[in-house]
Amino acid sequence: MEIINQSTSGTLESSDIQIILGPNKQGIDIDIRSSVQKQFGEHIDMLIRKILSDKMIEHAKVLVVDNGALDCTIRARMETAIYRSIEGNQRVEWGVIK
Amino acid sequence: MMNKVKREIPEEVRGNNKLFAGVNTDCKVVQRAAPKVRPIKLGEEKLVASIEEVINKLNLCDNMTISFHHHFREGDYIINLVMDAIAKKGIKNLTIAPSSLTNVHAPLVHHIKTGVITNMTTSGLRGELGEAISNGVMKEPVRLRSHGGRARAIEAGDIKIDVAFLGVPSTDLYGNANGVKGKTICGSLGYAQMDAKYADQVVLLTDTILPYPNTPISIAQTDVDYIVKLDKIGDSEGIGIGATRFTTNPKELQIAELVKEVITKSVYFKNGFSFQTGTGGAALAVTRFLAEEMKNNSIKASFALGGITKPMLTLLEENLVDTILDVQDFDKEAAISLGQQERQIEISASYYADPHNKGAAVNQLDVVILSALEVDNQFNVNVMTGSDGVLRGAIGGHCDAANAKMTIISAPLVRGRIPTIVDRVNTVITPGESVDVIVTEIGIAINPKRRDLIASLSDQGIPIFTIDALQEKAYEITGTPKPIEYEDKVVALVEYRDGTLIDKVLQVKQ
Repeated sequence: MEIINQSTSGTLESSDIQIILGPNKQGIDIDIRSSVQKQFGEHIDMLIRKILSDKMIEHAKVLVVDNGALDCTIRARMETAIYRSIEGNQRVEWGVIK
Repeated sequence: MMNKVKREIPEEVRGNNKLFAGVNTDCKVVQRAAPKVRPIKLGEEKLVASIEEVINKLNLCDNMTISFHHHFREGDYIINLVMDAIAKKGIKNLTIAPSSLTNVHAPLVHHIKTGVITNMTTSGLRGELGEAISNGVMKEPVRLRSHGGRARAIEAGDIKIDVAFLGVPSTDLYGNANGVKGKTICGSLGYAQMDAKYADQVVLLTDTILPYPNTPISIAQTDVDYIVKLDKIGDSEGIGIGATRFTTNPKELQIAELVKEVITKSVYFKNGFSFQTGTGGAALAVTRFLAEEMKNNSIKASFALGGITKPMLTLLEENLVDTILDVQDFDKEAAISLGQQERQIEISASYYADPHNKGAAVNQLDVVILSALEVDNQFNVNVMTGSDGVLRGAIGGHCDAANAKMTIISAPLVRGRIPTIVDRVNTVITPGESVDVIVTEIGIAINPKRRDLIASLSDQGIPIFTIDALQEKAYEITGTPKPIEYEDKVVALVEYRDGTLIDKVLQVKQ
């Protein structure tokens, strides 16, 4: 998949994560600001890289403001951002996304 | 060498303190310290026009120890006002020994940086101040003490107070003061009573002067040197900030429900039992739930202890509790009630919790409900440092009250992404030895050494887990947190109530 336009998902509420995903010239750049940076910062970085690579995304800029979201929340917010970012390029069938 | 809770305290910061060796104090005889007294002359007046003028009269100088109380909690004006005036005089290298510090005391960071304050002992550190200290702003480690531990340290002369600056809601012109009359009331002055008795010089700061003699006499004229009248000493509304949330959070209500189950199904729930509850949503809900059960079972408590809140007053009014022993009030209602209720009795910090007097009130406690930032699988509790290792809490009476016959720690299994039940708490404040039951929203864990409790609470419909199982469940939800990285510098030492060292707090790595 290719990230075409910038998209946002999530909120700044506690236990949520806000993701701003956009195109990047070369590679994956991730900037994380997390309330649990010291304990889970690296883990969140790795999780986001894994989600991107699972979707075959090679170039992306990700800005993350995390307020202690669990992994399931991070996955859901990332996927939403990804599909929003590729819209316009291809039509996303939101009803069939697993 | 490790202490009994397996914490290493570096030799170079240990001083004369022994290492923590268990909850039972091995101290046989204590020599109390006594203050120097400058007798008041016939006809001498105690009222002084301003803080600046009183500082001159006190001969306040470098290297002295000054103290304050925290009965106004987040509504305190006194500490910042006095420290600003002292700083302007150019006095340096002071030790400050307040009973605790809160978020409003962030301006102290500036006085630390400029060398006005170089040593500190307190029960709590929060907000910017806690962060600055965790990042190493002080050269000397802060000494963290419980309320009972501070009373002990003052009596023993470990804290030798040169000048106590005590904000009082009302006083007469000769120094009879209390916290129940005046413009800005705070209720009990239990912590301040220690300072008044043991400081060499005592200054009262008030915004209300009443005719002589002002009663009740919480602080007596016999202990007071000077009185300063200010426009405003604090904000009564600030007393309750953060303490008296009326919870609708289903998780907290579930915890409160389980705590109630544990208490009512234990052998301690009988006529004449005694209890202490802390602050916070779950603890307040417990008080409400407990009241219902007491009514249903015609059970009346002999006394309730500790920081007093409005729900506790309801129990007193409904005659479900005989007497409230009140060392501190956590909301304005409780403060007002102290002045009106005959069965709500003001007690000092020593009476409340000092392990080295001839018997503290906590020794008489059947049941206590306390909160936690972290609990580990040795049942050790941390209420002082956050999961990121930064100072952001207060010992309060935690380790003092935890020696009750049944000590219950109520805490959610996880907070957001942070597990509450961990394999090793960042800082040991209350040793697992004195903790009996952990209550979370999914069930409870009982300290294995309390076989009696395991037997009596089993098959009662309460979900019981091992502490390891609770920890695993927490980690299943959050993942395993990376351990916090620290520098070598010790930023705070934690004294157990008897003065032995139970843990240290290290500077956090940036």
